[in-house]
Amino acid sequence: MTRWAMVADLRRCVGCQTCTASCKQANATPPDVQWRRVLDMEVGEYPAVKRVFVPVGCMHCDDPPCMHVCPSTATKKRPDGIVTIDYDLCIGCSYCAVACPYQARYKTDRASFAYGRATAQETQAFDPKRLSVATKCTFCVDRIDAGLAKGLTPGIDPEATPACVNSCITQTLSFGDVEDPNSNVSQLLAENQTFRMHEELGTGPRFYYIWDKKEESPS
Amino acid sequence: MTNDKFGPNPWHQSNWDFRAAFNFIFGGAGAGLLAAAALAGASGMVLRAAILLGLALIGAGLISVWFEIGRPLRAMNVGFNPFTSWMTRESFAAGLVFVLGLAAAWLASQPLALAAALAALVFAYCQGRILQAAKGIPAWRVPPLIWLIFTTALAEGAGLFVALSVLFAEPARSLLAYFSLALIARVLAWSIYRGSVAKGTVRAALAILDRSGKILVQFGTLAPLALLLVCWFVPDFARIAALLSGVTALAAGWQFKFALITRAAYNQGFALPHLPVRGTR
Repeated sequence: MTRWAMVADLRRCVGCQTCTASCKQANATPPDVQWRRVLDMEVGEYPAVKRVFVPVGCMHCDDPPCMHVCPSTATKKRPDGIVTIDYDLCIGCSYCAVACPYQARYKTDRASFAYGRATAQETQAFDPKRLSVATKCTFCVDRIDAGLAKGLTPGIDPEATPACVNSCITQTLSFGDVEDPNSNVSQLLAENQTFRMHEELGTGPRFYYIWDKKEESPS
Repeated sequence: MTNDKFGPNPWHQSNWDFRAAFNFIFGGAGAGLLAAAALAGASGMVLRAAILLGLALIGAGLISVWFEIGRPLRAMNVGFNPFTSWMTRESFAAGLVFVLGLAAAWLASQPLALAAALAALVFAYCQGRILQAAKGIPAWRVPPLIWLIFTTALAEGAGLFVALSVLFAEPARSLLAYFSLALIARVLAWSIYRGSVAKGTVRAALAILDRSGKILVQFGTLAPLALLLVCWFVPDFARIAALLSGVTALAAGWQFKFALITRAAYNQGFALPHLPVRGTR
């Protein structure tokens, strides 16, 4: 069984926000909505200060609290683990937004555009179905499905891979099937030490963060 | 590197505002009023008035939340997920409360009023579960909140019924006893909730909860209980003391729920258990 997941190598991320921009372009999200965000953290005290960049968004949890609370069944989880929203069913109650521990959901009540008036690209991409309902990262599910239909491999073939992963200039982001032991993401997880955000909540997020390589065992 | 957690500070959720808070405020009080009226054995006009006021409160709460949802014309979709969503279950319970409550008011029937009260209690329980299922808000997701929401509904409803009763006659001692028990249950629930919420909730949220909790204890419990003692032992002041007692208990519950939804609902931000190891170690 396929189980899509994303891996972010925190050692590589430089906080360039290209993934954010790429996501916005690919998914035509309005201003203030960032399905793929990069947190810019400064930790420690002078002189031992570190800057850490952390890509975040929908974690496509194994046990998504947003889906359980949704009263309209608009939020669903596909067999491949991708959590989706049916914009035609959603009532915009925002219950999912308060249930999500990752602040991954957005609701915009009015159409808004980057420069006030819609550009040609914004006009073309505008989807009124997305107004006043919950929206979030879809792992670019349309690209994945279209790519699979063509026999491509998500995470390997750019045409079948989420836009943020394609655009990453440092190869921080990787995407693939964690159920396949030979996949790119499975190998990254095997070779490195990782954590998942707020793992203690038991949501089973499918977004892994690499923070160090694994210690080599003495042979 | 370290076991400390790193990340940006939590911030207040901006998805639910006063309109959502009114659903819990009015809905809880309305449900509690139906329960108090039925358990007190009210009959005739008093029963009708209490039921209709309780239904009006629940209805006001639901209308308030209807103004908050993004797609109000799809409101009926709220009933699509009874399997896991407490919001759907709350809507079903509300429907039952209205059917049974209107029938009880129409017929002035005590058995129907009891059935409506039972449905109202389920409605109040669902409200507690709605908040507790919101995993993104540490101040809401702790299980003891369910019973705090439930018992404050009982206390608010009993307080409201006591305050309304004294407009017609001296309140029955059994009603005052029920009111006292509801107040004690609420303050116990608050105490348990406060103990459980301490871990994982940001200081700003705890400060707000403590401020509201203080009002809940002093004005919502101690003052009403003292006034009930006056009611019990000084018959000349019984009605005014009962009225004040009911009103303070109601107001303290409402202010607490308002603060809980609109002031103390911080998320937990993001937290890194490890920092990335770059370069040489």
